[in-house]
Amino acid sequence: MASRFDIRRQTGFPTVALFCFFLLYLPLSVVVIFAFNAGTSIAVWEGFSFRWFVQAWSNQQVVDASIRSVQIASVAAVIATVAATMAALATTRTRPYRGLTFKYAFINQPLMVPEIVTAVALLIFFSRIKIATGYSGLGYLMIAHAAFCIPFAYLPIRARLESMDTALETAAADLYATPWQVFRRVTLPLLWPGIIAGLMLAFVISLDDVVITEFVKSAGQDTLPTYMLGQLRRVVTPEINAISTAFLVLSVAIVTVFFLISRKKT
Amino acid sequence: MPESPDRNAIEIRRVSKFFGGGDAPVKALDTVSVAIRENEFFTLLGPSGCGKTTLLRLIAGFDFPTDGEILLHGQDIAPLPPYKRPVNTVFQSYALFPHLTVAQNIAFGLEMLGRPKAEIDARVTQMLKLVRMEELRNRSTAQISGGQQQRVALARALAPQPKVLLLDEPLSALDFKLRKEMQIELKRLQHETGITFIFVTHDQEEALTMSDRIAVMSAGNILQVGSPKDIYDRPAVRFVADFIGETNFLEATVESSSDGRAGVRLGSGAVIEASVPEGFSSTGKVTVVIRPEHARLAEAGGELSGKLSNIVYFGTDTHFHVDLDVGGTFIVREQNTRDDRRRAREGDRVSIVVGKGAAQVLRD
Repeated sequence: MASRFDIRRQTGFPTVALFCFFLLYLPLSVVVIFAFNAGTSIAVWEGFSFRWFVQAWSNQQVVDASIRSVQIASVAAVIATVAATMAALATTRTRPYRGLTFKYAFINQPLMVPEIVTAVALLIFFSRIKIATGYSGLGYLMIAHAAFCIPFAYLPIRARLESMDTALETAAADLYATPWQVFRRVTLPLLWPGIIAGLMLAFVISLDDVVITEFVKSAGQDTLPTYMLGQLRRVVTPEINAISTAFLVLSVAIVTVFFLISRKKT
Repeated sequence: MPESPDRNAIEIRRVSKFFGGGDAPVKALDTVSVAIRENEFFTLLGPSGCGKTTLLRLIAGFDFPTDGEILLHGQDIAPLPPYKRPVNTVFQSYALFPHLTVAQNIAFGLEMLGRPKAEIDARVTQMLKLVRMEELRNRSTAQISGGQQQRVALARALAPQPKVLLLDEPLSALDFKLRKEMQIELKRLQHETGITFIFVTHDQEEALTMSDRIAVMSAGNILQVGSPKDIYDRPAVRFVADFIGETNFLEATVESSSDGRAGVRLGSGAVIEASVPEGFSSTGKVTVVIRPEHARLAEAGGELSGKLSNIVYFGTDTHFHVDLDVGGTFIVREQNTRDDRRRAREGDRVSIVVGKGAAQVLRD
């Protein structure tokens, strides 16, 4: 065996690694386990049951919040992905120029500005519009979510565009394809995995949001995360665990699909 | 160049290309002019960075000249985008569309031209046959070998029947044996299709074996245009002589000159006859080149003499390195025969006989 440096063999490394995994997954597993508790406690095990899943499913507020979450996430993810695709094309299919790095930063602004600042800004901004127009539907949440989802959709799409051989687009132009045909027939088909990955990432990020949603939402516009937050302020039953578990399974499923798609080679 | 203009497929007129604006633009092509004839296998040969690929990209329309005209059958195409030029390219990386099958790749250009489906199908079948790939029609391009990808790239570029086919170092990714095969294949395809080929390479052997004519390029200029034999036997400048094949450079003085020939006196005192490049009237000191295979070793009576310093065996031939009495090294190449009685040994004193018509005076 070649005696190359292997971090797994360093003293203490396995301990640190195990401790980190322990910290990450122990709380999660406790939440999941107590979702199946037959009793009303989230800390004392009283036997196995699906009652809290059944209760959550028949709780109209949970169902409404879930539908609202999916509605907002779907619309926001689509808007964010379209915008991100255009931004990615504009920033990769151009000769590098002064100010391009600044443009990257500008597009990724939601990753850098503290979310609470954006939330306050949106609250003030939208309240003015609400007064002016009288509209108080889910549109505000959808737009707000779309805005902070753009960088998450942008990153995988840009990565895909950057790894794509630009000679393919040149070759298409050489073979009589107009710029639009080059995009439709070559760039877009090859970009699909990146676009799908961006869409899913944006969807999960939107689904998960609390801070901006909490600030922007009008009365009766709870999403699943803000509903759960509200419940925690009252009596806590394993129903919250059951909702969390369902949420967890959904997120893991989406992230797995995202992983499988982004792993797929060109 | 006094050819009639209708026989030129491509005419490059005083084309310059600068990259990057501002204070220090990089000059890639410096007022280049050349005419490429119809049905010709024309090669742009030169080291990397000489401007050969830039010139190809200008003809294809991937870049636009800073100055000058590019005529295709007499019409200036320099301002046209690539999709409006009846010129197709075989890329160094092949650039096959990975999401399309072999047949779909070949059909791409015809589809973009809006040809009827039946015509496209017929043409694709014909092209697959031409490059001997019929059985791989529905394969994905990821499932075929490098040599096969090369053939698909050729078929794809030839399918729309371009006026000119541009080839950007298409053989450089192939291994030696496959490269030799593809060289023959390319010559056959050019012959069968009758399309003008403009081939870019840095491989002088490839250029010599395949081309009807070669343009040797260096630092954004075309130094010499001619048949492989012209370029090899009659290099006009030092760069061409040095870049193509191995050669001996000798200092000499012009004694007499008339009608493309000159009598030149070598450092050893011997006077030999040498060819002079067209339009070059030489007097005084010049450089003369002699190819190693155009000289032979003798025991005495040659034009040059020296001590044999090194013998290098190459299988088909042997190189003799001679330290000349007048200074410098001279290489003599002799073909090996079965009857292998080598007279000379390292350290022997030898005489070098320069073959008749072997010497060439350089312009610089």
